[in-house]
Amino acid sequence: MTTNKKWWQPLAIPIIAIILGLLIGAVLMLLTGANPIAGYAALLRGSFGSAIDFSETLIYINPLIFTGLSIAVAYSAGLFNIGAEGQIIVGMLASAYAGYAFAGLPRLLHIPITLLFGMGAGALWAAVPGYLKAKFGVHEVVNSIMMNYIALHLSHYLVTGPLQDPKTTLPYSPDIAPTARLWRFLSPFGDHFRVNTGIFIAILAAILVYWLLYKTTTGYEIRAVGFNADSARYAGMDTSSAMAKAMLISGSLAGLAGAVQVMGVQFKFLDLFGFEGFGFDGIAVALVAKNNPFGILASGFLFGTLHRGSQTMQAMAGVPKETIGIVQAVIIFIVAMEGLVQGWIPGLEKITSLFKKKEADV
Amino acid sequence: MVSPQNTPILEMTGITKRFPGVLANDNVNFTLKKGEIHALLGENGAGKSTLMKILYGLYQADSGTIKIDGKLENIREPNDALKLGIGMVHQHFMLIPQFTVVENLVLGSEPKRGGLFMDLNEATKKVLAVSEQYGLAIDPNAKIMNISVGMQQRVEILKALMRGADILVLDEPTAVLTPQEVSELFEVMENLRSLGKSIIFISHKLKEVTAISDMVTVIRRGRTIGSVASSETDVNELARMMVGRDVDLVVQKDPAKPGAEMFKIENLHVPDDRHLPAVSGVSLSVRAGEIVGVAGVDGNGQNELAEAITGMRKATSGKITLNGQDLTNLSSRKVFESKVVHIPADRHRHGLVSDFSVAENVVLRTYYKPPFSEKSVLHWDVIKEEARKLIEEYDVRTPNEDVACSSLSGGNQQKVIIARELSQEPEFIVAAQPTRGLDVGAIEFVHRRLIDARDAGKAVLVFSLELDEILALSDRIAVMYEGEIVGIIDRDEATEEKLGLMMAGVVNHNQKNVAAGGEG
Repeated sequence: MTTNKKWWQPLAIPIIAIILGLLIGAVLMLLTGANPIAGYAALLRGSFGSAIDFSETLIYINPLIFTGLSIAVAYSAGLFNIGAEGQIIVGMLASAYAGYAFAGLPRLLHIPITLLFGMGAGALWAAVPGYLKAKFGVHEVVNSIMMNYIALHLSHYLVTGPLQDPKTTLPYSPDIAPTARLWRFLSPFGDHFRVNTGIFIAILAAILVYWLLYKTTTGYEIRAVGFNADSARYAGMDTSSAMAKAMLISGSLAGLAGAVQVMGVQFKFLDLFGFEGFGFDGIAVALVAKNNPFGILASGFLFGTLHRGSQTMQAMAGVPKETIGIVQAVIIFIVAMEGLVQGWIPGLEKITSLFKKKEADV
Repeated sequence: MVSPQNTPILEMTGITKRFPGVLANDNVNFTLKKGEIHALLGENGAGKSTLMKILYGLYQADSGTIKIDGKLENIREPNDALKLGIGMVHQHFMLIPQFTVVENLVLGSEPKRGGLFMDLNEATKKVLAVSEQYGLAIDPNAKIMNISVGMQQRVEILKALMRGADILVLDEPTAVLTPQEVSELFEVMENLRSLGKSIIFISHKLKEVTAISDMVTVIRRGRTIGSVASSETDVNELARMMVGRDVDLVVQKDPAKPGAEMFKIENLHVPDDRHLPAVSGVSLSVRAGEIVGVAGVDGNGQNELAEAITGMRKATSGKITLNGQDLTNLSSRKVFESKVVHIPADRHRHGLVSDFSVAENVVLRTYYKPPFSEKSVLHWDVIKEEARKLIEEYDVRTPNEDVACSSLSGGNQQKVIIARELSQEPEFIVAAQPTRGLDVGAIEFVHRRLIDARDAGKAVLVFSLELDEILALSDRIAVMYEGEIVGIIDRDEATEEKLGLMMAGVVNHNQKNVAAGGEG
């Protein structure tokens, strides 16, 4: 909203990045002897080919939207929340616990409480680096990374100990009560449709984050601190408090990603082999969307689609799914090189105007 | 003055450059003779920088020709300009702060040993030879981050010379310098002229232009207004050419009618960022309807004093009161709510959030209060309306209130700050360097506003490094030297010489005099 540019200009770079990413992916496929058209066709079929594919794609998109929003809120305050990964894990743990421990509550109470448990745990996890940053100026990245490992190993312990399902020796928590489960709204068409109301919670979260950042005094303070902490201080804002708020909101959004994963997809906490990557991918989602909450809906959709489709692409077109990892990396790379790419835009405009001129000549 | 020879070393003819919505250069002509210091004068946004960026290959002109030594040249990028002997010293230096002077100077053409290792001795020798040749003394092994801005500028000039520049473009070189550094720079420029270099001096400071240049070309709204020899013109004519109307270089004002003492500082001590004493026992008072100017060479505690008054820095002892109310060490917001407004010295660092829109910056102080927000929800319609009102009232040149402040010119950015602060119905105004980097038209505007506030019975405290500004605005003048106020004199008694001696610490009125001055 702080721009007088044409409406499409903020979109130009992400779109250039996506096109170039896909082109480079195509070149890679050619070099490895695959047919890029067949490859991308398989990718699209994998993501959208059938109702079930689309359902699974949405399930993958869902947490990416939350983590993208999480990163964006922290970044608005000038903070880099690389700890979303750990915040998801504790969010999953807390909501899995609330899901079975409070069995017997009515659905209308149980679902919000379980969501709040996930959000609270995420916020708590983010509060540690947030507090250390605001109070002592310790860089949040270092602490966030350490908190990620603490969360991971804490989850190994809990799921093989206090939180383990007593009916099994396998490392997972008891099933959450049906009253804590999110509605799988396509289940009338079959039990394998796992898509659930979590996706609407994600859309609602994007709207709320937009509202918070651009329509409230808290969001105004967060953005002022992120852009220029010195002028924020001159203006009389409490910069530590604004950073702390941003970090808490960021953590609760990541925690929400974990909660929705447990409440809509897994129905329990399953031991992790390692980080799932939603937190790290959220950084890319936020970056490509340039921290715009609605852009995050779109870029979350893109990254989820690419990821989901890459598996089918490998199976059907014989293109290694790592190719898509490269495509994603190129997209991130180009968006990060904004300044350089901006220089290409006049050139591109010149090329398009040349075409227009030629048309005019004809 | 060396009489310039008659061969033009540079001829720019009919230069036109259009940006979307703006005709930045409209058929501009500019001729530079060899061995000449040629000032390019114009208001902010007049098109001086665009013209020079075209010369340096950063922009391409839509039409027009550039001749170097009578030969038609096509300058497509800075490398072409460098090859033609054109060197540019940008307003914002392009130096690596962690590197030493030598490392910065040889960057890109480092002398190598064994084809792999940088030969630092050889590089230092080279640098010293050039610095001696042009009489530009530097410490080759000092890191850029540890030397003064004036020295950094000298390094930039050396860098251009080492790359073989015969035409030096200095983009507003004095904007960042203290008065002493300015006179040093002028010595350097005169020396370079005597060695046959030609210099284009971009500025909007009339006094400097007439002091140093041989010729002046004035640009207004993208057009050449004219070129005159400095010896045949004066600041008033130049101001008229630059702004397009008669300008009050010194704003007319009636004698002050001071009322009761309103603002008072008693024996204030303030540390700087390194916890060393920056302000040592300052006492000062400002009456209603009076402007007190604080003069001094940069770095004598003025910034710390202004920041302590406005709640941005803690005082270790002493007392600050406004109308008897204690303001000492209150937070910035509490001070502001006590009807003290602050035009900060550094508008980029403190005054604005540059990435915010004009509307967002207009409410930087008041966003949390009705009518701009209620129950934590911002009322954008009210905020934007306020912004439009202030844009109109303070003549901020911006397409609309949604434009980011970073895309406004310095003068318009300052107007946004002044509009925001003065529209708060303050009792007491602290204005630090209120016109730094502004052109004459904008300076007149800001001075007018401050004097209007005075006449409306406000107390005003102005900090400025420019003696002209202090003399133009103040009813009384306090001079700071090494953290102390060495004297307070009435405007009528003040002369540049007298103030200069006080600023240098030569004349030091004792503290009793200071107190007496405070009584009026």
